[in-house]
Amino acid sequence: MTVESLYPRLEPLLAQVQKPIQYVGGELNAQTKPWDAVAVHWALMYPDAYEVGLPNQGLMILYEVLNERTDALAERTYAVWPDLAGLMRANGVGQFTLENHRPVHDFDFLGVSFATELGYTNLLDALDLAGIPLHAVDRDERHPVVVAGGHAAFNPEPVSDFVDCAVLGDGEQVVGDMTDVHSAWTAAGRPGGRTELLARLSRVEGVYVPQFYAVTYQADGTIAAFVPTRDDVPTTISKRTVMDLDEWPYPKQPLVPLAESVHERMSVEIFRGCTRGCRFCQAGMITRPVRERTITGIGSMVDAGLKATGYEEVGLLSLSSADHSEIGQLAKELADRYEGTNTGLSLPSTRVDAFNVTLANELSRNGRRSGLTFAPEGGSERIRRVINKTVSKEDLVRTVTTAYANGWRQVKLYFMCGLPTETDEDVLEIAELAVEVIRAGREAAGNKDIRCTVSIGGFVPKPHTPFQWASQASAETIDHRLRVLRDAINADRRIGRSIGLRYHDGKPGVIEGLLSRGDRRVGRVIERVWRDGGHFDGWSEHFSYDRWATAAAEELAPFGVDLAWYTTRERGEHEVLPWDHLESGLDKEWLWDDWQEALNEDEVADCRWTPCYDCGVCPTMGTEIQIGPTGRSLIPLAVVGAGPRPDVRAQVDVDVDAAVADPVHTH
Amino acid sequence: MARQPDGPPPPPTVQKLRLRYTKRGPLRFASHRDLARALERALRRAQVPMAFSAGFSPHPKISYMGAAPTGAASEAEYVEIGLAARCDPEAVRVALDASLPPGIDVLECVEAAEGTGGLAERLDGTRWRIDLAGVDPDELGRAVEALLAAEVVTVSKRTKNGPRDIDARAAVVSAAASGETGRAILHVVVRQVTPTVRPDDVLAALAAVADLHPPLPPRAVREAQGRLDDSGEVADPLGPDREAGSRCQGEPQPV
Repeated sequence: MTVESLYPRLEPLLAQVQKPIQYVGGELNAQTKPWDAVAVHWALMYPDAYEVGLPNQGLMILYEVLNERTDALAERTYAVWPDLAGLMRANGVGQFTLENHRPVHDFDFLGVSFATELGYTNLLDALDLAGIPLHAVDRDERHPVVVAGGHAAFNPEPVSDFVDCAVLGDGEQVVGDMTDVHSAWTAAGRPGGRTELLARLSRVEGVYVPQFYAVTYQADGTIAAFVPTRDDVPTTISKRTVMDLDEWPYPKQPLVPLAESVHERMSVEIFRGCTRGCRFCQAGMITRPVRERTITGIGSMVDAGLKATGYEEVGLLSLSSADHSEIGQLAKELADRYEGTNTGLSLPSTRVDAFNVTLANELSRNGRRSGLTFAPEGGSERIRRVINKTVSKEDLVRTVTTAYANGWRQVKLYFMCGLPTETDEDVLEIAELAVEVIRAGREAAGNKDIRCTVSIGGFVPKPHTPFQWASQASAETIDHRLRVLRDAINADRRIGRSIGLRYHDGKPGVIEGLLSRGDRRVGRVIERVWRDGGHFDGWSEHFSYDRWATAAAEELAPFGVDLAWYTTRERGEHEVLPWDHLESGLDKEWLWDDWQEALNEDEVADCRWTPCYDCGVCPTMGTEIQIGPTGRSLIPLAVVGAGPRPDVRAQVDVDVDAAVADPVHTH
Repeated sequence: MARQPDGPPPPPTVQKLRLRYTKRGPLRFASHRDLARALERALRRAQVPMAFSAGFSPHPKISYMGAAPTGAASEAEYVEIGLAARCDPEAVRVALDASLPPGIDVLECVEAAEGTGGLAERLDGTRWRIDLAGVDPDELGRAVEALLAAEVVTVSKRTKNGPRDIDARAAVVSAAASGETGRAILHVVVRQVTPTVRPDDVLAALAAVADLHPPLPPRAVREAQGRLDDSGEVADPLGPDREAGSRCQGEPQPV
């Protein structure tokens, strides 16, 4: 079967829309393969705008892993903005991939990566544009298998009507297993049709096929039971874990868009997983154990990535990058290697720790020191004990002051409000803290040219965390706390003018809460919102709380539950949670105990440096913590930007200094 | 006290190169900012020894000029780059072309000759070719005649400060129609004025004077850009550099 490009019909529409470049593909390092040369075709989607989706690491990794196979190809597709979507519907042009503008409808798999639940309506938009039936049960062999992945897939129940499979955990290996299953089923003449294909997929570790399970409810609305409807599918589904990150140095050739994206840099994931035990953090809970990439593995990825992309900045990515066992040496040796090349190195937001200022100094030794970001998350010492992210107020002020003293002019502090047990006083301490930081910072910097930005958002309890039982704060509570915080910061204008406050109102968080801890009944709400015109819910100009609230009230009423039941209701210890059959490895009893310890304001130490606290992941999954140090170091290397290539340099002009800087290798 | 970068200032510009490149195929949908990003990254990948500005956020020395609008293709975009080490212009052209995505093709690269003036001053006109699917050449011909016969044709142009009325006629140096039935081609030479009169504005002028409304989106290609000569044609803007370069051939080059 040959698949026709939609581009000739799309092109006339592009002249009429905003930022048409995002729809034409042709990115550096994009890959195209002939359709007929492979057995299995994957369309990979990030369900948000191109500028947000393109830099996504997960999608880039799977894209390369699949395209390296000789029997598969992968192309990418992103959410289409309403201006083009309207024209596509009017002209009968379907959702397309960027590489060859092939119709998504014709692929074997449509893999969708959900970093956030707010992408669900965009999934429905894409399915509709692609001409794929919205409901999994209405699809047949002509349609792709719709697969949900990403962190939100750890509770895919709200989208279980719309996806054929959800995949738990790391994707690198499971996409290969799924490809094998599909090609074997095709080679055998597609026995048993689509149902048999899904049954075979459900036996791949990490793959969950919702339509093979039935849920029953009790009179109070809680789940009574969750049972397989076939005897050949597993009763619980375990996540996948990639153990040796050095064996998976992806992306090797990061995609570089022509259009502007939200991350104008390349990223290297320096480790995966986190055992700090922050109780609000779903990412830290579901990605255990910690698996470090070695310093030499990181060094070669940075080198190869810069050569392949021409980016000027490299982000060293992870959930808590300063915790890498070789981070000090890594920072120094990378800074040495790229000295004088106009290459920036950066860390994402870090824990509040003076060592992290030293690290940031080292990484920025040759460059601008504009902004540094810390994430204390909780406003008071008490609430920081509740969330298990302990740092004293003195340490916090001292760390931030050190940053100002070292020439950093802007410090951003991330906080959450609406955390379990929180009161107004906990949030008001953020204002005291910011004021103190500015006072001490002005003194340390010797001038008033410093700023502190407080960035704060409402907390949303997530599945597979100790806070999965917690009552989510209402939008009114969040908005009230943000108001008192703003007033407190502005109380003294002489200080307050150096403090910026960035916040989101509480309403979107309530909907995120509904979708995060929702069950299968919430699917009707999502569908209704989409049918009423909802999409791009992560964008304030498109998000409509009223549309969601109305849909929730009307669609959930027949079940005797409502928005508050899913969000502000505290769950009991023995309640069956919608994701109980999806195994992140965390022991439910341990989670409950940790929840109780949170309420008692008790801390738990990181198991990398103290004895195991029995969260359950390693024994359940057969994994273990993998950290260094390795004792290795980065060797000096000819790097991009160090000097001209021999073949570009003029022969007439060889001065000694420049010749020394030349790369030693030739092309 | 504010930090200053340690060490000596960046090396000075020792050579300026002027490049002509294209915006072809689907990449006609790239904006001038998209092109600038692509070019800067390609220069890094090609390891062209760029000169940088001083300070904590050094920028490569690149002068962009007269970018074609988003959606318009071009055979004649120009840019000037400053190098910190002398390079063979043809080697830079080849290396850069190989580093840029297909569709952005570097066609020419010459060394800027001293004393011949800036490149931007040589770009005062564009020859556009605008394909009008669904329009007959006769119909277009009549519209062109009406346009050329008019003294002033005011059209409304969208600017970042809102709609603004401009005279599109004054910028039109010459215009002609060709093509075949159902596929007319407009050839138009437009003078560089401020605000720029773009293909859209010329088409709006044709709509105003002759009620010409192409049923399908027009496709514009900038065929040439350069100095308007007395005959109303567009002269090669790299000509003066090329002539000066050939005069110097065989002479020792300053280092």
